[in-house]
Amino acid sequence: MSMEDLYQEIILDHYRKPKNRAPELADEAVHVHHSNPLCGDEMDLRIRVLDDRLDAVVFDGEGCSISQAAASAMTQAVVGRELKDALDLAEDFRRMMHGDDPARPDDLGDGIAFTGVAKFPVRVKCALLGWMALRDAIQTFERGASAHTVTHEE
Amino acid sequence: MAIDVAAVRRSFPILDRELDGHRLVYLDSAASSLTPEPVLDAMDRYYRWSRSNVNRGVYPLAEEATDLYEGARTTLAGFLDADPVGVVFTKNATEACNLLAYGFVRAHLGPDDVLLSTVMEHHANLVPFTQAAAAVGAEVRHVPITPDGLLDLDAAAELLADGRVTFAAFVHVSNVLGTINDVERLTRMVKDANDRAIVHVDGAQAAPHLPVSFRDLGIDSYAIPGHKMLGPTGIGALVARPELLERMEPFLTGGDMIRDVTLTGATWNDVPHRFEAGTPMIAEAAGLAAAVGVLEGYGMAAVRSHERDLTAQLLDALGTVAGVTVHGPKDVDLRGGAVSFALDGIHPHDVGAMLGSRGGCVRVGHHCTKPLMRCLDVAATTRASSYVYNDVDDLEPLVDGLEAAAAFFAR
Repeated sequence: MSMEDLYQEIILDHYRKPKNRAPELADEAVHVHHSNPLCGDEMDLRIRVLDDRLDAVVFDGEGCSISQAAASAMTQAVVGRELKDALDLAEDFRRMMHGDDPARPDDLGDGIAFTGVAKFPVRVKCALLGWMALRDAIQTFERGASAHTVTHEE
Repeated sequence: MAIDVAAVRRSFPILDRELDGHRLVYLDSAASSLTPEPVLDAMDRYYRWSRSNVNRGVYPLAEEATDLYEGARTTLAGFLDADPVGVVFTKNATEACNLLAYGFVRAHLGPDDVLLSTVMEHHANLVPFTQAAAAVGAEVRHVPITPDGLLDLDAAAELLADGRVTFAAFVHVSNVLGTINDVERLTRMVKDANDRAIVHVDGAQAAPHLPVSFRDLGIDSYAIPGHKMLGPTGIGALVARPELLERMEPFLTGGDMIRDVTLTGATWNDVPHRFEAGTPMIAEAAGLAAAVGVLEGYGMAAVRSHERDLTAQLLDALGTVAGVTVHGPKDVDLRGGAVSFALDGIHPHDVGAMLGSRGGCVRVGHHCTKPLMRCLDVAATTRASSYVYNDVDDLEPLVDGLEAAAAFFAR
């Protein structure tokens, strides 16, 4: 395998200079904490919702470059979207990680750079961590709750 | 006699492989060792020449297979200075620990008993016993480690003081810290505190790398994996005092392990056969016996000396890389060849990916020791581990790869 197959320059950019990385968010609607205990990846994701849209999304946490960069790219791709639309995009990313061609490549933005991760099964859960946290945050909001913690088992 | 690594390497065909133009640098023997030609030949010969079942047929071929299988038991017992009657073949070391947990702990311990473990156990030597203890209502106590990564024997003395510890299970050599525990001393402490106590030791990282005398350790049972000591996957053993096996209940029932069967009941075969239900791993036993032959050919004292010297060089090499912190003892007399470390600010998965892209095989993750990871306050480590086929020329690619990872993932 080559390092470039996995670590595209866009991924390294997000890893080195993450977007929307913050430990708190004013007027947050939901805060979720997700972890992959097998890798030790930890992620806090916070969303602010305005008129059924994602008004702001920030993440914070620790983990490998793939998990941190994927979360950064995710926040850029979903801010401003309607909740339902963001859920649909999360599902598109999840399917892409399982080898399918994405239905909305343009909407995934820099997320498309993670296509190659699908070839590295042990890293798929790293790339999915932020997106699964987003899905959980939206579903938590729709349930009327404000916080949720999830531990991902293999 | 020192190990002639060039000659050793010629008997491991996989070392001729190149990955993307890179020489294979295998530094993951603590996870599984490579396989030499004599082991491959022994398994091949069984299938091509002696293939039949054991303990049943009266024809010569079946006797040959039985001799191969029972001969492997004797060979392994000789290698570990144990009684062949106490050697039970299992799928791996994990199954050996489970056999003991189900056959002894669940059958003999109760709410008044205390089980002693440590914080540096592999899950294989922890979970079967904590589950068994929970099932019978026994308390579990854990020996902590010192800042150097050694078992804290002063704390162990306190945990043993009330004399209630009746079963202890601890590791001989840590798969993460590399620490070689003083098994004889801790065993004496356990037995001095309670002379009925049973002591079980996980030998997965010791039997492949050190001279081991089961008798001299003074313990009651020892778990070993075949695949970490140049043998095939699919075979390990519980090496025990026959008197301990006599007190154990069968774990798996069925063919071969019985003496007589009626429609409603059964009586059990003699030990160790009582614990080997069904057709066993015959080819793997032949392979394991061949692996023992290879190791005895090197001499275990020479294996240990080679790894001790290489580990000293590995620690020195890691010391040249900025940002590397080694976990575990720094004194090579107190440690084996598994060396875990952190590279500052870079997740082990990223380190492992960089090394892997250059032909380097190291382990990254929690190494099936989550309680120890919590003690060290890390989520995961990178681990390089050596064996007889490694030499100082494997250290340069490791150092280069770590420096490349530090540059690639710099923020």
